[in-house]
Order: sequence, then structure tokens, then C-alpha cells
Amino acid sequence: MTDLAPLAALAGSPPGRLQILARRLGTDWRQYVIYIGFVTIFVIFAVTLNDKGFLQTNNLLNIPRQASSVAVAAVAMTFLISCAEIDLSVGSLVGLSGLAAAYGSLHGGLITAILAAVGVGLLIGVVNGVLVTYVEIPSFLVTLAMLWMIRGFGQWRTDSKAQPIASEAFRTLFGSNTMRIVWLVVFAVVGAIVLNKTRAGRYVLATGGNRTAAEFSGISTRKLKFYVFVGTSLCAAFAGMMVAANLNNYGKYENGTGLELSVIAAVILGGTSLFGGKGSIAGTIFGALFVQLIGNGLLLSGLESSQLDIIKGAIIIVAVALRREKSGAR
Amino acid sequence: MDDLALAIRMAGIRKSFSGNVVLNEVDFGLRRGEVHVLAGGNGAGKSTLMKILQGVYSLDAGRIEIDGRDVVLHSIHEARQAGIGMVFQEFSLIPTLSVAKNVFLGTERLARSHLLDDASSVTRTREIFADMGVDIDPNMPMSKLGTAYWQLTEIAKALAQNAKVLILDEPTASLAKHEVELLFALVGRLAASGISIIYISHRMDEIFRIADRITVLRDGNRVLTAPLSELSPADVVEAIVGRKVDGTLQWRERTVDRSGAPLLEVRALSAGRRVQDVSFVAHAGEIIGLAGLMGSGRTELARCLFGIDPIDSGTVHIHGKQIELRSSADAIAVGIALIPEDRRVQGLVLQHSVRDNLLITQLKGLRRGPLLNDRKGSATAAKLIQQLSVKTASPNLAVGRLSGGNQQKVVIGKWLGTDPEILIMDEPTAGVDIGTKSEIIERIRDLADAGKVVVVISSELPELLAVSDRIVVLRSGSIEREFERHEIENEHTLQLAIQGVSS
Ligand SMILES: Nc1ncnc2c1ncn2[C@@H]1O[C@H](COP(=O)(O)OP(=O)(O)OP(=O)(O)O)[C@@H](O)[C@H]1O
Ligand SMILES: [Mg+2]
Repeated sequence: MTDLAPLAALAGSPPGRLQILARRLGTDWRQYVIYIGFVTIFVIFAVTLNDKGFLQTNNLLNIPRQASSVAVAAVAMTFLISCAEIDLSVGSLVGLSGLAAAYGSLHGGLITAILAAVGVGLLIGVVNGVLVTYVEIPSFLVTLAMLWMIRGFGQWRTDSKAQPIASEAFRTLFGSNTMRIVWLVVFAVVGAIVLNKTRAGRYVLATGGNRTAAEFSGISTRKLKFYVFVGTSLCAAFAGMMVAANLNNYGKYENGTGLELSVIAAVILGGTSLFGGKGSIAGTIFGALFVQLIGNGLLLSGLESSQLDIIKGAIIIVAVALRREKSGAR
Repeated sequence: MDDLALAIRMAGIRKSFSGNVVLNEVDFGLRRGEVHVLAGGNGAGKSTLMKILQGVYSLDAGRIEIDGRDVVLHSIHEARQAGIGMVFQEFSLIPTLSVAKNVFLGTERLARSHLLDDASSVTRTREIFADMGVDIDPNMPMSKLGTAYWQLTEIAKALAQNAKVLILDEPTASLAKHEVELLFALVGRLAASGISIIYISHRMDEIFRIADRITVLRDGNRVLTAPLSELSPADVVEAIVGRKVDGTLQWRERTVDRSGAPLLEVRALSAGRRVQDVSFVAHAGEIIGLAGLMGSGRTELARCLFGIDPIDSGTVHIHGKQIELRSSADAIAVGIALIPEDRRVQGLVLQHSVRDNLLITQLKGLRRGPLLNDRKGSATAAKLIQQLSVKTASPNLAVGRLSGGNQQKVVIGKWLGTDPEILIMDEPTAGVDIGTKSEIIERIRDLADAGKVVVVISSELPELLAVSDRIVVLRSGSIEREFERHEIENEHTLQLAIQGVSS
């Protein structure tokens, strides 16, 4: 039997898989709301805004470019939310790590800039991680406090001034049009592999799904969560470098204000459960792209950014409501 | 006894939690390939002893030998490597992951690339299930499967890790009859293949059917270890309770006045796929038993009557008046209470104290002006704790710290205290020890004597037969038969009806 079982399984598999897929699409379409939504909105824009240049290559490429820093931070946030924690300090950290990179670039060059930003990320990640997992303060509170402290610190040390990035190489590596898309893809691919194909990823989902059960399965959930906090801050610091290197070419304490919310929105839109245990990197990436797509299209259609925020908010509610599994019907 | 044949020897085990001695100099020996029952009242220390063997708790004193060698188990991981697999009373599975992923959780199979090899886990899981003789799709998410399958998955998980010793902590507490049979057959096969099994149970019939030997704990002391062939059920009950008692549950004929209008009337109720055209009536003072297989719609019917699941068609009447059941608040307002099936999820706030959990349902009666009357609250809680003999170090202990059976008593106490007009109990005595079982049955009778209606759902037929005045048998969502209690000759008759074999 031991020899035959795999064969039997294999033989039974092609139609089996197809059936399963069909069934999944039929009943669990809610899981795919983000993709359906993305395509639907895309088609609508393509039809209605064609004359405004929506379909021009450059405009289309702008969507992933503008989504890239949010997406990079959101990949890490997917892990964090999957293990039922949250980090509100990523926006502030984007600001501070950008500042650190600017200082670094001034006092050395590319390498010092990167080291400075990564160092800041590491430090904040360790502080967040220790406070949540070892001191056992809820992550919502810890990172909310850190949000203010990090931003306050940046503003205080720089007198609210912007710090230019002095390294051309840094600007190209993190801010150029091409590299922004490259980073988006790299983080998406690595993130998806780690979440779906490694033990660490499996343990993140297990911890978020049922922490006690995970402990009883021999998983050290405390250590695991600690590392996820550190990883999230490191990715936020990376996003900070991208933001600083982009458009303005400077670091400023208020870069990334509110970015944590876009990041969380992308993750949740992408189908990751706020209660943990379920996460999708592809979903997150599309969540980030989706928000950017709406912004892009609505701006083209001549709306103001204030109106755009209203519509964006409404669309997020609709998308999440559509995805929600019906309660009571168990 | 030949010590060489022992797979596990625990000697002089002591354990206390914040000053409370839970295990006192306990010795325990497990032979290779035997099924050894561990019995004792709620809070006797069974789960704690097993958690020590599993590396979850450290021991205060004593030693553990596995295959004749001294071991110190610091973690679940070490215990597992030593070949000990446990099926926990509280499940150690992740609802959001698939069956196969759960089976290999913590021992994932890796491909040569060091990435997870889920395909091979699926294949291997399928093999393990085939060996176990059960049919479960390894790709199903855990959350879509019922309790019985969780149990089997837990066992598969232990087997996947090459367990030589398997600990089953009240595995049948939430299984239906035929599922129990499946499990017993499996246990027998595993023991025959040389795996030693420790089996914790409160059910006397099971103990005698399945086990070779038994060890009984009482208040943290070992009071008996013997082959079951040398014991009678009465001996075992006496060892557990500590005095001579009649362990069998007796039916007492009660007179119910059925002349007036019924208190509860359910007319052609349908909801979802699991409840179809169900009608029955219950008069004041009546205890109705709901029998049926797992999935026969008993729980769903209860949920409908408590306003949790939406009703598609049909009506519910109380004292002849039709009522709307759109939420549990509606149900509570008309005096319906439900003691749910899964105590840990639906019944308790685990971090809150025993007292707070008991009182949460009756805060209204404890008001003094706008504030709560603390003194009265404590008195009420103390009374319930005493009535149900809840074993707790203090009313202020977090309820999650209690033993499984004692948690169940708190869930029951919580609703008994509210004095509902209609009380629905879904598997009320799952995991409750023999002494308390009869106590709970007494409480149910008291309620009925006071003119209430009690609806009891139970897979334990002796209990159902002892308590009910009338038994309604459900099958695939609709009523198969309805019996007056005295029409039922014995357990076998009822069993046949449940399985749909006409008699
Ligand atoms: N972590 C803990 N902290 C404090 N007390 C505990 C803890 N775990 C168990 N206890 C206490 O130890 C005693 C024994 O509990 P245990 O769970 O071993 O009982 P049990 O024999 O398994 O009972 P049951 O049949 O109800 O499952 C109980 O009184 C319980 O309240
Ligand atoms: Mg127990």
C-alpha cells in the first residue's frame, strides 16, 4: 500500500484538482474579491478613461510604481496580521528611516545610507518586538505609542527640516522608476515563498490561527512573533528608503504619515484575516495596487484628491463587506 | 510486575499550582501495547499528570522513565521526540490550516530545496488515514470538519510523529455512537501493533470495554491500579468517588400534567439544511430528550430555538403565543436559555473568574440601584459552586485554569442560576464525572418540578434515558420518532431508533 498510495493519489489527481478548483471558485468567490474588483475597476477605467490616457504604458506603469513603497511594507504587515498582531508605527518609521538614510548619505555614501536606515528599522523592530512579546503589552498600544515617539523624535532632531539625499546611487537604487517595480516584484515573490513554502510562514499562520494549539505543536510563538515584528520594521525601513529616494529626494520626519493605514488597508483588502490565521501575499499586492488604481483613475477623471479619499474609503468598505463571510450560516 | 515491559514509568510525581497540591506522590506504569485507563473525578489531576508526561508542565518532584531510561522532559518537543503523542482535551489544531498541514504541524516535511513539501505531506497523511481506516480529505481546511474528525486528525498527527505512546484525554466526550465504535476499533488496532495507550475517560461502559488496566486518581493521590478483569464497575466508581455509591443513573417516572396548553410548541420548523419540518410540544414540567446521530440536526435545532440560526419557515409558540426569534436576546427575553455544545468557545470567558462567569447571566437580579450588589453576587456564586461541586481553589480563579469537567460545570451553573422558563442543554455532561452527572440530572429534575421545560440533547444514552420524560429522535434534520419514556425498553431499543432501524 505504501508504494501504491502515491500513485493512486496521482492518478486521481487531475480531475480531482479541477473539480476542487471549480468548487472553490463557485462557493469561495469571496476570497477572490480583490482580484475580481481589480479587474472590474480596471476594465471600467479602460473603457471610460481611454481618451484621458489611462491605458498609456506610462500611466499604467505608474500604478505599481506608486504602490511600491506601500506594497513593500504591506508584505511584511501580512505576516504580522496573519499572526494576529498589528504595527501602527510603520508610517512613522518610513519617515525616520528616510531621515537616517539622508544623514547616512551625507556622511558616507550609499552603503552608510542603507546601514543607517536598516539600523533604525532593526532598533525599532526589536523595541516593538520586546514590548509586545516579552513585556506582553498589546501590539496596538505599543505601536501606537511608537508612532508618536518616532515621529516626535524625527521632528525634534531635524527641527522639522527636510534632509536631502546626497547619494545619486541611492536615489537610483531605491527611487528610479525601474527599481521601484523591481523591488515590488522582489518583495512579493520572496514574501509569497516565505509565507507559503517555509516553516516560518506556516508557523506564522498557525500562531495566528490558534496560539495555544501552535504552542502545543511545539512552536515557540513568542520568538516567532518577535521576529515578525523585527521583519516588519525592517521592511518599513526599506519602504522609507524608497519614499525618501523617490519624488522629493529628501528625507523628512513626516514622510509616510498615514502610510500605516494604507498598508493595513492593502493587507485586509487582500484577504488576510484581521483575526489572524489566514494570509495572502498576492492578495496584499493586489490590495495595494487596487488602492493605487482607484486613485489613478479618479484623478485622471478630474476629481480632486479630497473627493478621491471619500470614494477610496467607500470602495474599501464595499470590498471588505463583499469578502466578509456570512456569519450565522455555519 | 516486570519493569522491563514498561514503556513508561512515572514515580513519586508531585505537582502544585500556587500552593495547591494537584498531584501527590503519584506512581504510574504503562506496559507496552496495553490500553491503560486513567480515571478520577473532575479535577483529580489526570490531565495534569499527562501534561507532565507531555513536557507541558514541569514536575516539582519525582522521576519519569521511558523504556527504562530516566528522562527529563522540558518541552512538548522533547516529549514528542521521546515518542509520546497526546490528543489533547483542548484540541491542538489550527482551524485555518488544512488537515495535512495540521498533521505535520511542527514536523513539516521539506523538499530538497528546504522549502515545504506539502504534496508529500498530503500523500503521507492519506496513507496514515488509510492505515487508520478512516476517510478524510487531507486538503480540507480544519474549520470545515466536525469534532469527530478533529479527534481523528489529532490521532493522525501523533502517529505521523511516530508516537509509541498515545495519550487520549476524554476522546469520546463529543463523539456520536458510531464514531466511538470507529475510535475503539482504531485503539484496538494501534495497541495490537505495539503502541501503548493511555485513555482518560469518565464513561464506565467504555472503560470496561476498551482497557486492560486502570489507574484511579482521587484528589491528586493514586488510589488504585489493577487489571480491569479483577474489578467490577462498582469497585471503580467507589475508587473514583471515595465511598460506596450507586454509579448507575436511574430513571424516575415523573407525572406531567398534559391537560392544559403546552408551554412550548414548535410547528413545522425548518432552517437551513439541517432542520426540516420539526414539530413537537412540551408541557410545563416536562423533560424532553433529543436523540440522534452526530449531524442529525439536534444542535442546529437548539440554535434555532435560541435565536442564533435564522428560521426559514415554521413557528414557535410559548404559552400559545407565537414568538419572534431573531436573536439570542429575543430568546432570552421570552425565557429561553441554551447551554451550548462547545463550552470553551461559546460558553465561557476563559480569562474571567469563575465567579464572573457564573454571574454574567444574572446581573439583572444582582442590581442595587445603578450598581451591582457584590456581596449578593458572591453569595450566589458560592451557592452554585457548592451545588455543582465545582473544584476551584477560589471563586476568583480564572475559569480557564479549571479542569475540563469543572469548566463544564461552570457553564451549566451559569444558566441554572437564571431560572429560565425553557432550558435547552446541548451535551450538558460531556466530560463531567460520575458523581456530578447525577447531581446535574437532579438539578434538571428540580427545574422541571418547578414547572419549567428542559430540552436535553445527549449522545450518552444512559443519561438521556435517566433524565427524559419523552424522547424525540431526530434523523437527517427531521423527526424520526417520538417515544414516551416508558415505551423504551432499554438502551438498545433507543439505539436502533436512532440508527433508523425500525423495531
Ligand atoms: N495551570 C493551572 N493553574 C492553576 N491550577 C490548575 C492549572 N491546571 C490545573 N489546575 C488545577 O489542578 C487540578 C487538577 O486539574 P486537571 O485538569 O489535572 O484535572 P482532571 O483530572 O483532568 O479533571 P477533568 O476530569 O475535569 O478533566 C484542578 O483543580 C485544576 O483547577
Ligand atoms: Mg482533564
